[in-house]
Amino acid sequence: MPFELTDEGTRQRVRLLGRWTVAEAATQGPGLDAVQAQAGRDVLLDAAGLETLDLTGAWLLRTLEGRLAASGARVDWRPARPGLIEFIDRTMAGGKPPPPSDDEPLSLVTGTLHGVGRATVLAKQGVVDTLGFVGLLTLGFGRALSSVRRLRLPSVVRHAYETGLTAVPIVSLIAFLIAVIVAYIGAQQLRKFGGEIFVVDLVTVSVLRELGVLLTAIIVAGRSGSAFAAEIGAMKLNEEVDALRAMGMDPYEVLVLPRVLGLVIALPALTVLADAMGLAGGALLSWYLIDIPFNQYVERVQGSISEFTFWVGIIKAPVFAVLIAAVGTLRGMQVRTSSRELGRLTTVAVVQSIFLVILADALFAVLFMELDI
Amino acid sequence: MAQPVIEVRGVVNRFGRQVVHDGLDLEVRAGEVFSIVGGSGSGKSVLLRTMLGLQEPAAGSVRIEGREVAHQPDQALLAVKRRYGVMFQRGALFSSLTVAQNIELPIREHFPVTRELAAELALLRLYMVGLDVEAAPKYPAQLSGGMTKRVALARALALDPAILFLDEPTSGLDPISAAAFDELVLELQRSLGLTVVMITHDLDTIFRVSNRVGVIVDGRMIAGTVEEIVASGHPWIREYFHGERSRAIRGEARTDG
Repeated sequence: MPFELTDEGTRQRVRLLGRWTVAEAATQGPGLDAVQAQAGRDVLLDAAGLETLDLTGAWLLRTLEGRLAASGARVDWRPARPGLIEFIDRTMAGGKPPPPSDDEPLSLVTGTLHGVGRATVLAKQGVVDTLGFVGLLTLGFGRALSSVRRLRLPSVVRHAYETGLTAVPIVSLIAFLIAVIVAYIGAQQLRKFGGEIFVVDLVTVSVLRELGVLLTAIIVAGRSGSAFAAEIGAMKLNEEVDALRAMGMDPYEVLVLPRVLGLVIALPALTVLADAMGLAGGALLSWYLIDIPFNQYVERVQGSISEFTFWVGIIKAPVFAVLIAAVGTLRGMQVRTSSRELGRLTTVAVVQSIFLVILADALFAVLFMELDI
Repeated sequence: MAQPVIEVRGVVNRFGRQVVHDGLDLEVRAGEVFSIVGGSGSGKSVLLRTMLGLQEPAAGSVRIEGREVAHQPDQALLAVKRRYGVMFQRGALFSSLTVAQNIELPIREHFPVTRELAAELALLRLYMVGLDVEAAPKYPAQLSGGMTKRVALARALALDPAILFLDEPTSGLDPISAAAFDELVLELQRSLGLTVVMITHDLDTIFRVSNRVGVIVDGRMIAGTVEEIVASGHPWIREYFHGERSRAIRGEARTDG
């Protein structure tokens, strides 16, 4: 933003030259600080050499004008005050000046108390939300049991398909690989004690009781928990959920329940698949590492499990399914205003459902220990 | 005659077998307000996207201030994009940014101005569209429909554009707010010497604001002054401007009564 400052006795002349636009303001900086009001001297702003003036340039000149006038100098324009500055005057007239900012920094004590108070209110709101959601879900389920039509079977089947069948390749692969890893490490360690044959017991029991269902639940939480939250959240943003309500349909019955039921069907089925793939991985590694042929492996598997082993694993699947689906749909329903909230709540849905799955698994472990199975 | 600001020549757009534009021509002159009308599905939005360089036409050329827009690398388009501002139909404000941040974003993206100057310039844009500083810290979700339109206009003006594209600027506004918005656009257009291209269905807006009107019919454009278009003999245009609603707005007596 080039200009020349010349001294003409009783006044200073500022000759504005060339381009005064946002591009120059950014690259060169205004540099207008050099123009200072001096006692008893006028300032003449000479715009004759000005080539281009945009709103940014006009804004800067108007600010300069205001600063000079405030310190007592008379400001004249030659040949005339640019129209854009007049336009800004008209625009800003009648508008309120920016209010003084009132965010005084809080003291350490008040600040901490503020934080604690806010967190408490939010936590309470979270608990109330969750309880309300559980209540609505239960009510919806009760109503749905009263008639088959309200169960919305096509929707349930679609969600069972999307969360179950489409997850088959990834669940199979991961269950297989994890069993291979367990067998490999087990064989290495057990060889020291000459008990390599127990690799089969190790793989069988860990896959059937824990790994099969837990890994499946975690994969499904990542795939479907996030999908539930994002789908329902986007519908909330698009007012589709309000549209459902306005048409007299219960969004919990139409959107939430089919997803929960679909996953309650899909997750146990996926767990059975994961169990089978895990045992297959164990069989492969047992043959490869410790030369156990397949029929002997099957016998050994039969011997290593009790009548409960498989059921101890599979009974957890529907519980995990309800947790994942409920958290995903709840977080989706909490999206209210912006796309940023949608992203945040989708992340929360995944993290929280994985956490809850692992927590529930731990509780199951304690329960089964007490029951001695 | 001076070179037109926007020059569209023989543009063809098709989706699958459906031909939307079939050799469409259009000229917009400097400093005028040009309204584009057309039936639903006649390709108004596609034409707008083509002019903005967001959509590649199957054939034809689009020039803005003499610079070709169609089939250009992104880098070459940047110079053109700094010359125009767009107000999208539903605002397209970034929902995770405040009103002030929405307006500052293009300024700070293209020009490394200081934080204070960017904030001042954003505030100036807010005043220009008739809002004030109270709107600045709000998020788009907290705005009413009319305010959303005004903020969208403020953001479109952020880079001091020479050309302003408006997509249905008054849709969804009550008649009083719509009239106020028309006046605002006119005032800004005169003060800043803008060339305005807008898509609109609002007959009030067309008669109040436009210098010229272009109607998309059968994949081509028929353009002229408002009077010329109103007097046109094309059946769709006759229906559009001489239907019940239009007559009521222009205060013509009903001829069938």
